[in-house]
Amino acid sequence: MPEAALREPSRSSTRRQVIAPVAWGAGATLVLSVLILVGSRNLAHFDAALVGYTFSVLFATFGLTYRYAMWLQRPPTAMYWRRGWQAFLRPGWRRRNAGMWFRRVAEDVVANRFIFARNRLRGLTHMLIMWGCLIAVAITFPLVFGWLHFRPVPGDLSLYEAVAFGFPAFRFPHDSAIAFFLFHGLVWASFLVIAGVMLAVRRRMRDEGAAAVQRFAEDFMPLILLFAVSLTGLMLTASYTWMGGYAYTFIAILHAITVIGTFLWLPFGKFFHIFQRPAQLGVGFYKDAGRAQALAHCRRCGHAFSSRMHIEDLIEVEHQLGFTYEIPGDDGHYQWICPRCRRASLAMAQGALWRGRRGGTPLPDTRPLPMPVHVNPGLRQGPLGVEDADNFYP
Amino acid sequence: MPVPDALEFFIDPGRCIGCQACIQACTECDTHKGQSMIQLDYVDRAHSTQTVPVVCLHCDSPTCAEVCPADAIKRTEDGIVQTARKPRCIACNNCVLACPFGVPKMQTKMNLMMKCDMCYDRTSVGLKPWCASACPSQALAFGTREEMARLRPHAKPVNTFQFGRQTIRTKVNIMVPRDAPTDIVDVTASMHEPTIGREILDDVFMERPDGGDA
Repeated sequence: MPEAALREPSRSSTRRQVIAPVAWGAGATLVLSVLILVGSRNLAHFDAALVGYTFSVLFATFGLTYRYAMWLQRPPTAMYWRRGWQAFLRPGWRRRNAGMWFRRVAEDVVANRFIFARNRLRGLTHMLIMWGCLIAVAITFPLVFGWLHFRPVPGDLSLYEAVAFGFPAFRFPHDSAIAFFLFHGLVWASFLVIAGVMLAVRRRMRDEGAAAVQRFAEDFMPLILLFAVSLTGLMLTASYTWMGGYAYTFIAILHAITVIGTFLWLPFGKFFHIFQRPAQLGVGFYKDAGRAQALAHCRRCGHAFSSRMHIEDLIEVEHQLGFTYEIPGDDGHYQWICPRCRRASLAMAQGALWRGRRGGTPLPDTRPLPMPVHVNPGLRQGPLGVEDADNFYP
Repeated sequence: MPVPDALEFFIDPGRCIGCQACIQACTECDTHKGQSMIQLDYVDRAHSTQTVPVVCLHCDSPTCAEVCPADAIKRTEDGIVQTARKPRCIACNNCVLACPFGVPKMQTKMNLMMKCDMCYDRTSVGLKPWCASACPSQALAFGTREEMARLRPHAKPVNTFQFGRQTIRTKVNIMVPRDAPTDIVDVTASMHEPTIGREILDDVFMERPDGGDA
């Protein structure tokens, strides 16, 4: 157990750690509230029937900001947050970084490239759910906040007009294909989400690896919520389209409950990764900066194994966490030993205890000691990728 | 289901013959299909056949999880430090660099750290991990303490390690002599020790100075 974990935090520091995230959460909620007031022209275009949704989004905003601010207080997160921005805003690198930002957003966020690399079906599953949810959010949030509404055009009742933030945006015939497409936007979104949820549940039912580690609250609850939202939404459409509005009020309340429940769940469960995940963009810039700087050399075998900046940052983070990997003598800190030499050192330490009992002779001491090598770097048994190879199997 | 308390993992690098059976078996694990999580190294390839097999030792207070900025590494109630949670891992490499045993691997293309989870799909239902099932010399063994005491009367399991000033306790044990003066394996104390083996001559037909065969 790290020493810091054993130390009781003082009451005042605990209070400070909570007050700042609460303030951030309250601030973000206040900003959104003001934007709702302004965007809906002082609630003139606000749909009172959607007030429950609005308050649940406001709560989710508070919860998400609070949790994000709490998360940023963890020593490693704080370090990466700071270093990521420093790397991104580094003088002389800004234009290149801006270009890389667009590229990484396109590849990682829009196209989910890294998830397709894990498994193609898994990539498709995530893509369907992600785009379904994004389309649904893009449609519903402006409606719920009163930022967008539709109205018939005075003098020509065959036309409909979209009004954004109180300004007329565009017109279209209410019986046109574009109207059908727009007014059923949530239906298309629910088709995507339901297909994705079905693929996800299929994987969780068939994959023994997933079955071993999955948990109801973490892995099934989000899928159940997404399915419930999509299904009740579709039931609303079915009710007013084909069933003359049968049980519409009941289904509308049911739909509201599922949507509000999902918003309330946003800050606590798996959905938080939506807000956490963009941190990987910062990691990319941090790694770029590390590659352009001095390398760390293992103090056992002498080979380069990572960026010096990364090792120094990690030493600081470990110190903040209460770890004491300091080594007396020239080695200084265990963090300066490469992963290969750490594994070799484990064997040497065990071998030293068996000395004189199991035979074998220690070979002549030559420093630096040779770098341990993986027994079979081929056949996917060695490094897992280019970075793994660069860092640990040069 | 949790891994049964009575069943434990025992590593004895001194018994490893470098056959790579553990590596092949590890790829069968359902939680990281097709990828081997075993770290098997030659300590000094040019001069010795000594190999060291390392699986995750599942620390009580895992450094990898503590230094993870994304909070992606979780330790289950039964003491297994799970591989990074896929939605969270941001592939920062902190865990790879911080693990005192050099266990995690980074799959950059997938933006994902991967590590041994003691074949959780098997051990959580009472089966042996793949590597321990396949290891012919039982350098990697899985069973009860009573079995180990019976099979290896001269050895005892130890699960406390020293790295400089830092003490780390683990779920996985390493085998040391039964009469060893300590129950702590001091890793950094032996860090600069040369490997164990025999001098290998470059020219196998050369006559040795002592008159023996090369």
